[in-house]
Amino acid sequence: MDLDVSWRQVHALLGENGAGKSTLMNIVYGLLRPDSGEILFDGKPVDLHSPLDAIRLGIGMVHQHFMLIPPLTVAENIVLGHEVANRGVMDLTESSHKVEQLSERFGLQVDPRERIAELSVGLQQRVEILKALYRGARLLILDEPTAVLTPQEIEGLFTIVRALVAEGKAVIFITHKLAEVSEVADVITVMRRGRVVGTTTPKESKSADLARMMVGRTVLLRVEKSPAKPGAQVLKVDNLVVLDDRRHVAVDNLSLDVRVGEIFGVAGVEGNGQNELIDALMGLRSIRAGKVQVDGREISNLSTHARLKGGLGLIPPDRHRMGVVLELSVADNLVLDDFDHPPFARWLVRQFNAIRDYAVKLIKTFDIRLQSPDQPVGSLSGGNQQKLVVARQLGTLPKLLIAGQPTRGVDVGSIEFIHRQIVSERDRGLAVLLVSSELDEVLSLSDRIGVLYRGRIVAVLDAEGADRDRIGLLMAGAS
Amino acid sequence: MSEFLQQLDPVSLLSITLITATPLTLAALGGMMCERSGVVNIALEGIMLTGAFIGYAVAFFTHNLWIGVAAAVLSGMIIASLHAVLSISLLVDQIVSGMVINIMAVGITGVFYRTYLESATSAGPGTLPHWNVPVLSSIPVIGPIFFENQFVTYAMLVLILVVHFVLFRTVWGLRTRACGEHPRAAETAGINVHFVRYVNVITSGALAGLGGAYFSLQQIGNFLPNMTGGRGYIALAAMIFGKWTPVGAFGASLLFSGSDQIGSRMQSVFHVQIPLQFLGMLPYLLTIVVLAGAMGRAIAPAAVGRPYKKE
Amino acid sequence: MAGWRRWLLSAVLVPLVSVICGFAVGAIAIVAAGADPLMAYSALFAGAFTNHNALAETLVSTTPYVLLGLAVAIGFRAGLFNIGAEGQFYIGSLSGVFVAYSIRGLPGIVEVPLAMIAGMLGGALWASIAGALKARFGAHEVITTIMLNYVSFLVASYLVDTPGLMLARNVSTPRTPDIDAGAVLPNLIPGSRLHLGFVLALLAVPIVWFLIERTTIGFRLRAVGFNQNAARAAGMSVGRTIVLTMALSGALAGAAGIVQILGVNFHMTDTVAAGYGFDAIAVALLARSNPWGVLPAALLFGALHNGASFMQLETQVSADLISIVQASVIIFVAAPAIVGWLFRLRRAPTETVAITQREVDAPTT
Repeated sequence: MDLDVSWRQVHALLGENGAGKSTLMNIVYGLLRPDSGEILFDGKPVDLHSPLDAIRLGIGMVHQHFMLIPPLTVAENIVLGHEVANRGVMDLTESSHKVEQLSERFGLQVDPRERIAELSVGLQQRVEILKALYRGARLLILDEPTAVLTPQEIEGLFTIVRALVAEGKAVIFITHKLAEVSEVADVITVMRRGRVVGTTTPKESKSADLARMMVGRTVLLRVEKSPAKPGAQVLKVDNLVVLDDRRHVAVDNLSLDVRVGEIFGVAGVEGNGQNELIDALMGLRSIRAGKVQVDGREISNLSTHARLKGGLGLIPPDRHRMGVVLELSVADNLVLDDFDHPPFARWLVRQFNAIRDYAVKLIKTFDIRLQSPDQPVGSLSGGNQQKLVVARQLGTLPKLLIAGQPTRGVDVGSIEFIHRQIVSERDRGLAVLLVSSELDEVLSLSDRIGVLYRGRIVAVLDAEGADRDRIGLLMAGAS
Repeated sequence: MSEFLQQLDPVSLLSITLITATPLTLAALGGMMCERSGVVNIALEGIMLTGAFIGYAVAFFTHNLWIGVAAAVLSGMIIASLHAVLSISLLVDQIVSGMVINIMAVGITGVFYRTYLESATSAGPGTLPHWNVPVLSSIPVIGPIFFENQFVTYAMLVLILVVHFVLFRTVWGLRTRACGEHPRAAETAGINVHFVRYVNVITSGALAGLGGAYFSLQQIGNFLPNMTGGRGYIALAAMIFGKWTPVGAFGASLLFSGSDQIGSRMQSVFHVQIPLQFLGMLPYLLTIVVLAGAMGRAIAPAAVGRPYKKE
Repeated sequence: MAGWRRWLLSAVLVPLVSVICGFAVGAIAIVAAGADPLMAYSALFAGAFTNHNALAETLVSTTPYVLLGLAVAIGFRAGLFNIGAEGQFYIGSLSGVFVAYSIRGLPGIVEVPLAMIAGMLGGALWASIAGALKARFGAHEVITTIMLNYVSFLVASYLVDTPGLMLARNVSTPRTPDIDAGAVLPNLIPGSRLHLGFVLALLAVPIVWFLIERTTIGFRLRAVGFNQNAARAAGMSVGRTIVLTMALSGALAGAAGIVQILGVNFHMTDTVAAGYGFDAIAVALLARSNPWGVLPAALLFGALHNGASFMQLETQVSADLISIVQASVIIFVAAPAIVGWLFRLRRAPTETVAITQREVDAPTT
């Protein structure tokens, strides 16, 4: 495949999840080795064995999942690998000083002595960029940088990117979000399934054109749904307080409610308490204070098992960690919630025929592409795995579905399918609590939207006619 | 009261506590360096045992204690590099790799001890000499405890400070900690994670080997099969209890060996009749209690135990 | 690669080649000790199989290995390292032998099951301590079980040496009273020591297989072993599963202990023959945590154990040498990469159970 990047340019690499963008850039950064082909830098062919080679050439990369070490300080993280030292002994004062200088020069303010663990995500990203700049990066690769930022922080990032480019650097901006690309890029290269589909500019191609290039067909950018007919209250959360792993308050007196036949979307930047909220609702994390009621019944003291039996369903935000057991078969995963009850088991002995029948039924309904229900889930694609998670939950006919990042890392076709499934279940009376950091998903799926900021719902509005900018401001804490 | 103190003999108690804490601390330091870089080292027990044996065997045949000590350290490094190869390069589970080494150590030392040394009739090499530090050893209380010791104990005291300095003040220490917390981040910063881990594992072998030399060359002057008696595992608990810091490991080791000492004085000093076997259980039970109490709150280096695969 | 070919490779070929490589390393050690490997190994083989009563004796040695191997294997499947099989063996022996010598005059059909249950309960309870510590506090079971091993030796020593407790009267060496005649496991082959316990061990294999593969308990165990977080999110109680798994593991180890007494020793002494526990780990690793694989693996270890003394007699090669063979075999089994590299095989994706370390997140309260 071919790619051409010039200096003084923001080059966007656009493609859906799994298109190969990150892989390509990992090769450029020396983390992966290409099987064939060549890379030319400044006109000269280069052979990169490790990030050290890339760094030496002036290539820097900010990964989607930060490569920062939480217990160490900002300065330590930035200088790691190129330490300021005297015969092996570190000079911490000088390190801090250098970081401050760099910080000033590029307008990326951070305190060198703070530990990464104490910083907000936006600040952490700044540290990542500083890291690359400290090593003299002239070509900066940003891998999905806006996934963790509020709309305002995203604007801030764009400003920094444009400033860097004005200085003479080049920036490669990897993303799957069409809107951003039109705003910040000078050149756009679209990738699909590991190949370059085309190179264009924002002027030449509109969003719809780009989307078609990404997927190969016309894409539904907005979910079609009929208006909701909400009924009685199913979920009522009152002044919920939940602590995170470090014993800080993550959910701070949060209240919300979800009704039958409605999709309530929680919009918010990642890291504002979403995971802790979901954990607490499912009984995976204890509740410090507050009440959670389902159908009028207090459930805060019930075990996860009891809650699942009582009609709750969960699509976990991290499917590999919590959603599926990769080594077990598709069939086993589909009955993971229910495996010890008839018809799937009688007196401790598992009934494989019943399990198989159920699995085949769900596989068909949810269009999960595979060879056999007995194959391990790990061999399925991301989209099919997620469909499996959805199938497992919806198959138990829950009353309330908590969907955390339901389409993260999933191909567009599966995204459409999952969205349609959720909407059709809603029409049949399911109550859905959607928690997603993809604002577009929340906007297009929800009937009502609650904005989450620092552990509480700061506003609730109807999705119909909601103002995207206003929500963005609320997500960032403005009132 | 003074009679009680006389019976208890706190100076002697503390002195023996420090001395018996030597192998624990050394092994704990080794385990700590290793885990800080991200590799679990269950093989400390086996490495110590091998160190004790090789140290003694070499000292016996060369009639030179110092060459024996060096051999103990070297043997520890060699065995540790086996652990490193298995768990870092060959991606064997680190616990399995460690247990294998422990099994092998018992077997090999047993075999070669019985074949070559058990029936040896010539005199052994003796034990390491006591060195009194001039001036400092005359300070009351502190003097006899710290400054009238043998080589391995002095080495331990120095190494505590050295390891602390290296870990927290040098480039190497920073990179080691990075590899243990977030190896991928370290790699993207250009650090060779495998190399850092290798060196740290081998270092841990050197430290544990030295700890082994304590048993055969400092304490007894002979080798007995299985003479390490589980101390390698207790050292791991000391490391955890000490929150993966050198000074903490030292303190925890003192706690463990101290409990042993107090236990053995139960009858004579405290006039408490406790069966011998229960006294013997003390360090092991204490270890369990410590693990139950400390584990939930102690935070290990984040990436410890997981092999790092370059994609 | 076709499914059955892959299975053949990982379940049969790798262990087989590992064993061969293990013996090769042992041969090197034998040469280093100054003897002839061929002679040593043929003496080993003779001692294990062809000498008079050797096969029966080998099966006697195999019996505890089967049960202990199953014990460790169950733990592995749930992601737990039960290094404490040895301690559970002794505690099981203690509780079982107590019942066996205390109850007098009842027929075997009553006494044997009673003693066995006592033994299994003892082992299960001892193992549950480590299980509970892990479930509640996240204490790593490797260290806690090893510590409990040492404690169990001391407990055994205390109980067996102290008059008024389990020490028999009028004996020359400290030991418990002999078990009642009714509790003795019947002999299978007259003139040998082979006892019914061997059959019991054989029966345990399909039972354990069924438990793991066909029951909800086994499913729970495997799910937790693969992915604790997903299991928890699906409503399973990870803590309870851990304790249950350790209890099952301990029960098997305890069974091994009491079976040895009811079939071979008929009483318990205060000397503790260390090494069973580590051998059990080796057996489970060689069997790749598969209950059926435990049989041939246990047989190998039983043969090594039995043949070693004859080898030592005939060729002056120390019996400890077999531990070198054993350790080498484990290395090769646990590092399929070595075997693959040695034979330039392409690395087949290992679909068998990965023995991984799991940290239980301390309960978030």
